[in-house]
Amino acid sequence: MLESIDMSLINWSRGQFALTAMFHWLFVPLTLGLSFLVAFMHTIYVTTGSEEWKKITRFWMKLFGINFAIGVATGIILEFEFGTNWSNYSWFVGDIFGAPLAVEGILAFFLESTFIAIMFFGWDKVSKRFHLTASWLTAFGASLSAVWILVANSWMQHPVGTVFNPDMARNEMTSFWDVVFSEVAVNKFMHTITSSFLLASLFVIGISAWFLLRKREVLFAKRSTLIASVFGVLAAAATIVTGDTSARIVARKQPMKFAAMEALYEGQTHAPLVAIGAMRTDTTRIPNPREDFIFKIEIPNALSYMVFLTPSGFVPGITDLVYGNDEQGIISYPEKIERGAIAIQTLRELKRAKDRGDEDTYAALREKFRDPEWLDTYYRHFGYGYYKGRELKELIPDVKMNFYAFHIMVILGLHFLILSALAFWLSLKNRWGRQKWLLWVALLTIPLPYIASQAGWLVAEMGRQPWVVYELMPTLSAVSRLKPGAVQVTFWIFAVTFTSLFIAEIKIMVNQIKKGPGGK
Amino acid sequence: MFKKVFRFYLDGFRSMTWGRRLWGIILIKLFIMFAILRLFFFPDILKRDFDTDRQRGDHVLEQIINL
Repeated sequence: MLESIDMSLINWSRGQFALTAMFHWLFVPLTLGLSFLVAFMHTIYVTTGSEEWKKITRFWMKLFGINFAIGVATGIILEFEFGTNWSNYSWFVGDIFGAPLAVEGILAFFLESTFIAIMFFGWDKVSKRFHLTASWLTAFGASLSAVWILVANSWMQHPVGTVFNPDMARNEMTSFWDVVFSEVAVNKFMHTITSSFLLASLFVIGISAWFLLRKREVLFAKRSTLIASVFGVLAAAATIVTGDTSARIVARKQPMKFAAMEALYEGQTHAPLVAIGAMRTDTTRIPNPREDFIFKIEIPNALSYMVFLTPSGFVPGITDLVYGNDEQGIISYPEKIERGAIAIQTLRELKRAKDRGDEDTYAALREKFRDPEWLDTYYRHFGYGYYKGRELKELIPDVKMNFYAFHIMVILGLHFLILSALAFWLSLKNRWGRQKWLLWVALLTIPLPYIASQAGWLVAEMGRQPWVVYELMPTLSAVSRLKPGAVQVTFWIFAVTFTSLFIAEIKIMVNQIKKGPGGK
Repeated sequence: MFKKVFRFYLDGFRSMTWGRRLWGIILIKLFIMFAILRLFFFPDILKRDFDTDRQRGDHVLEQIINL
């Protein structure tokens, strides 16, 4: 199967989607986090009536506005790509994506676009309390619109609350609430939102550090740092807790991604966690013939404990997942491929029976797609069927990419917690700003949460390869049959457009920061 | 009421200083997205090539069973 697919088409389509999603994600987390920080600052201003807090609120609101304006609608490009580059996928998931994205569109439009205008234009035009309400509703609106796109993404990672309609080749929603409140969706939202709060806090602490280094607007900078550091410590702690929960969920729902994150080839009890390590270049081979690491520092038992809360828990490695492990009840990939191929063949026979008007055969085959046991035995592995006759390694994600992305995210997360806690503690003691080196660290940290956030998404998306919809639809069957050249053209158009937007954002933002809170 | 809301927005846009450049960027961006990219590069393939959901379903079904 699939020999006729042009791999360069798939690679360019994936590259294009990754490019647009990653550029879009440069703007989103700051919008999510800064909107709440601004709402808190605004609340302090309304409560105290202090002109200094008004100045603080207006300055950060301005930076929020720049980021929002440049980033707004960049996500729409992803929807264009669904319809053009991923039309099979788009149809396959239609009902599931349609409902959350429709809610997202309505909420984003009414909450954000209405209240953001009041937030910016409302100074001295509407009552202070109504103005403050608009700031809070803008913040909640931004987060609410993020809920729905994350729900849709979570369904792709862990399809629940749906049934496959073989007549229409489409998944249909059976329970909206199962889709919205799946543990993957809830945790993904919490981890994404809290990490975005953390990114915004570090942004405020970093910019404030620049003012302190220049000995400009000292009171403004110190107060901004205090608020951001409180927010940052809480957000960092919540990000670590939700990240830990996320890892546990991934270990159960997507064990191959988890094994790749830790570059664990051979499963074991008392599995150690690799705290830091450097991998060899040719690790994605099965069975892995050589030592995978040039060097590594391990924490004994920690991986088993992280997943099972006991060191005796068995963490499956890549080899266990590919070749199966009877003792642990793990089905091998060749077995899953066989079962998936049967599911595909059943669907093929159903279509043929329907086309030739053979109602008895059609009815018997259609019944299989309603039988929970058949669905669990065969349809559950539907996507694996496409890999019959292909190399097993195509079902393994890029181990090095996942390992490094995961570890960069975790190591940076610890740095963020320490920096936020230091900023908070020293701000409380009124000693923040005395150590220049610490201010430089805060300033140079500004890009790091962006790197951590992008790394997190790399793990989430690259780690589940080759699946677009987990174990049901691989990228191979999801992609539209376009000419690779056409995808290349739009790839470069996006690269130029988004790079220009990003440069524009940085220029306008730097310009406004230089003017300071008093600038027009 | 409608008039008041309209004036609120109008005054807000008029009193903009740095925000005007942002609006310029937003408009250019939306033009590139919808008037160029959407129109010339990103058709919704299934909507363009088929009239009914039944036809679209049949097409995708053929694609995923005959790879």
